[in-house]
Amino acid sequence: MSATEEIPATPVLAQASPRSAMANWQRGALVLLGSAAALAPIFVLESFQLFQLTMAVIMALAVLGLNIVTGYNGQISLGHGAFYAVGAYATAILMSHGDWSFWATLPVSAAVCAGLGYAVGFPALRLGGLYLALTTFSLAVAVPQILKHRAIEDWTGGVQGLFLVKPDPPSWLPVDADQWMYLVALGVSAVLFLLSWNLIRSRVGRALMAIRDNPTAAEAMGMDIATLKTRAFAVSAMITGIAGSLGAVVIEFVAPDSFGFGVSISLFVGMVVGGVASIAGSIFGGLFVLFVPNIAEEVSKAAPGVIYGAILILFLFLLPDGFAGLLRRAAARWRRVAARNGDGP
Amino acid sequence: MNTTARRSLLAGAAGVLAAPRLAPAQESPGVTAGEIRIGSTNALSGPVSSYSVISRCLSAMFKRLNDEGGVNGRKVNFIVYDDGYQPPRTLEQTRRLVEQDRVAFLFNQLGTPTNSAIHRYVNQRKVPHLFLATGADKWSNPREYPWTMGWQPSYRIEAQIYAKHLLEQKPNARIALLYQNDDFGKDYIAGVRDVLGARFDSMVRAVSHEATDPTIDSQIVSLAATGADVLICGLTPRFAAQAIRRAHDIGWKPMLFMSNVSISGSVVMQPAGPEKGVGVITSDYRKDQSDPAWANDPGMEEWRGFMRRFVPDGELGDNNYTYAYGAGTTMIQVLRQCGNDLSRENVMRQAAGIAPLEIATLLPGVKVSTSPANFSPIRHMQLQRWDGKSWVRFGNVIEGAQV
Amino acid sequence: MDGLAHQLIAGIATGGIYASVALALVMIYQATHHVNFAQGEMATFSTFIALTLIQAGLPYWVAFVLTVAISFALGVAIERLLMRPVQHAPVLTHVGVFIGLLLIVGNLTGWVFGYTTKVFPSPFESEGLLFGGLVSGHELGSTVVTLAVLLLVYLFFRHTSLGLAMRAAAYNPASSRLVGIRVGWMLALGWGLAAAVGAVAGMMVAPVVFLDPTMMLGILLYAFAGALLGGIDNPMGAVVGGFAVGVLENLAGAYVVGTELKLTVALAIIIGVLVVRPSGLFGRVVLSRV
Repeated sequence: MSATEEIPATPVLAQASPRSAMANWQRGALVLLGSAAALAPIFVLESFQLFQLTMAVIMALAVLGLNIVTGYNGQISLGHGAFYAVGAYATAILMSHGDWSFWATLPVSAAVCAGLGYAVGFPALRLGGLYLALTTFSLAVAVPQILKHRAIEDWTGGVQGLFLVKPDPPSWLPVDADQWMYLVALGVSAVLFLLSWNLIRSRVGRALMAIRDNPTAAEAMGMDIATLKTRAFAVSAMITGIAGSLGAVVIEFVAPDSFGFGVSISLFVGMVVGGVASIAGSIFGGLFVLFVPNIAEEVSKAAPGVIYGAILILFLFLLPDGFAGLLRRAAARWRRVAARNGDGP
Repeated sequence: MNTTARRSLLAGAAGVLAAPRLAPAQESPGVTAGEIRIGSTNALSGPVSSYSVISRCLSAMFKRLNDEGGVNGRKVNFIVYDDGYQPPRTLEQTRRLVEQDRVAFLFNQLGTPTNSAIHRYVNQRKVPHLFLATGADKWSNPREYPWTMGWQPSYRIEAQIYAKHLLEQKPNARIALLYQNDDFGKDYIAGVRDVLGARFDSMVRAVSHEATDPTIDSQIVSLAATGADVLICGLTPRFAAQAIRRAHDIGWKPMLFMSNVSISGSVVMQPAGPEKGVGVITSDYRKDQSDPAWANDPGMEEWRGFMRRFVPDGELGDNNYTYAYGAGTTMIQVLRQCGNDLSRENVMRQAAGIAPLEIATLLPGVKVSTSPANFSPIRHMQLQRWDGKSWVRFGNVIEGAQV
Repeated sequence: MDGLAHQLIAGIATGGIYASVALALVMIYQATHHVNFAQGEMATFSTFIALTLIQAGLPYWVAFVLTVAISFALGVAIERLLMRPVQHAPVLTHVGVFIGLLLIVGNLTGWVFGYTTKVFPSPFESEGLLFGGLVSGHELGSTVVTLAVLLLVYLFFRHTSLGLAMRAAAYNPASSRLVGIRVGWMLALGWGLAAAVGAVAGMMVAPVVFLDPTMMLGILLYAFAGALLGGIDNPMGAVVGGFAVGVLENLAGAYVVGTELKLTVALAIIIGVLVVRPSGLFGRVVLSRV
């Protein structure tokens, strides 16, 4: 009988995902199942639906980028459309003027966007919460104008935009152009999702979340806030920029009108609805961004924008941690029920 | 042609040959015994959704057609999707129309960047891409894009006509050009440059504005300060009204040419102040519904009757409705010409073979006509001048240059 | 330097527009410590309501007062319905709600009132043009109205106990509750007043730029820049900031960067102010101790 409470030897950290309780074979089976589900559309869906799904995957990747800096690091960015645009144009310019192959443009696009994100990260250090949102919103509004500017018109094609050609599928793979683009988008996104997942589960990821939750305490613990925040911006911009590159080549066209502040708003909405600070949530977010405007249009031909905004607000009220949060809670409840049944007499 | 276009044509040819899932040539996609499906996209939401009334008017016209029994025994199913004026969404919606809804063809899709995003796709798939809702110049290119056709006279041709006219009146004019910084406005620069050639840089001072600018007073002031005696405006209605008003107020009286998208009496001239716009020159191919000359005109009466019955809440002062009525009439004529063969090839053939067609809302003397070498259905315009109360046409109906 | 003088004056005229909208932004900030992205769209909506009333036959000033009242009520309703449920939520959720509001109100305006450009009458119509035609009777009148509203707002916040209560509720809701301030109603009141000020701004702006649903899109950004430049918690600062942005934007557009980068100028102002002096020229510098 001790007067003090027993302190467990190892502190229990918040479970980020239910998978840590799973056995290895269960995890393997899940990965296999996931891969099968991801590849199935190639055989099942028609060209157009595959194209839509490809765009959804790209949007999911873009939302993932936003999630890293806003969801996990607490820096509200309403201007991620700018990085998406820069990535798209980087690929478009290199492919259109320089005749580069698509794969060669990806590292360049990644580097340029990361650099830009890093540069944006510096003034962002001085801004908190709402002010950063305001500033990035202004960036999003200003982007089309910058893209159209005369000084860079020879490169960007000005208001007329640039045309691209999709990369051809390799000769040894019996897939058509749409299927190949889906595989490309899926592959690139899978790699980046995996890298992000590792990042979030690592020390760096925890540091980012610590900065979000309590910057003062984080600084007191000795974290280098400035470096972490700017690098978070850089990584986030890089991911969204790569999504932009993929988008450019799938649509085969870039123009300033494709990158208005609507893109930034869509990414933000996707993040919120899918689940802030959730890798899986980004996937839901991507699906939402692509398919809900069509649903909104079915509901009201005359005012689809109103329905879209109403859906956003409904989600904010009813499901503040998004789809992913809903699933997480459902999974937790299921595990509790399973555990209770397991603890039988 | 440049590398990109060549590559895209090659890719398109390869794609067409390799794609196994396209409908075989002998079926008529989108056509059944009782129905023909036509697809379109428009900006139903977002900042330029003012043009969505065009689709509404067209839907109403097809409803009227169906009420009267359809065309050649078939009813028209007109499907319009929203693209929010964003090219990626235009591509998505167009692919949905072609691959999922399996429409026979596409009609009156809005915008230049939006149509740019899809016109390679539709030409690869050989889907008629007809009567686009945009005045850009590049749609009349039967050699490279045999399935795409515009409808209205291009802004570039319009600017050429203005430039020619002003040179007749003032051979040594100092020209100021105020344009909206997008594809629409830039076509005016291109048109003026076409006529002036090498003299463009010495004769013209061009200044742009953004659609997000609240006012263009600053630009007007800058241009007035150059001492120009001619002002050409490639502006949308709101800014057109501002320009006319402000130029007058600061005492600047240039020979003012206004883009014909911004000349509606009730939307531009009245707000600007009718007496302030005296002398403004523009062109048009349509009748202005607020012009007393057309008060009892049978064509406009037909249009007004249509609006009253089928679009009762439509604003009669919005000349998007007279525009849509013209495009719709042209489309219905093509459908009638097709007879029973509504295959895509025949639709395209008929669209490229319209004998001079008179339309209720177009000016007398302006007719719609096409040929396999000429994909600009409307090439005629007439200059008109504002006299304080209405637009007074002068001169002859002018034919723009062949593209 | 005739051209320069003209650009300056044109800039001041445009700046008047920004100043009036910036006032509405300051209003909402002082009351709630939030910046409402949808303020511009709400002002546009209110202006359309005013036009409908005028077209129904009401005299201008009656429609004016009625619109201000209706906008006030709408602002209160929005706060109670939309902001109240998420008041304890993180900033991210608030931003989300503002964006949702922006989407809804923006598209609703077009759907209900149509998209064609409309003329909005001005009570100050006069042919007596000043400064070489650059400032109309209306612009002078609307500047007077803006300054009058500014005075009212200033007096309200500084010299009435209600204004003091509102500021307290925004700064420190917990302590305010302890001294008996009904924080919830203070926030609602703040939203209502901001909507009312926005409606006035809209009705002053519409005769100049002509009324259509997209009227405020561009203006909002410049108004933000103006409000930040002058100090988002200082009404007078915001008005001065608005005028300053108008002049800066015009001069930069005419002489420095060209008319194609005006939005970028606004962006540069916003970033510059927030990085160099976040409280703006006239705002109060707040230091928080950790």
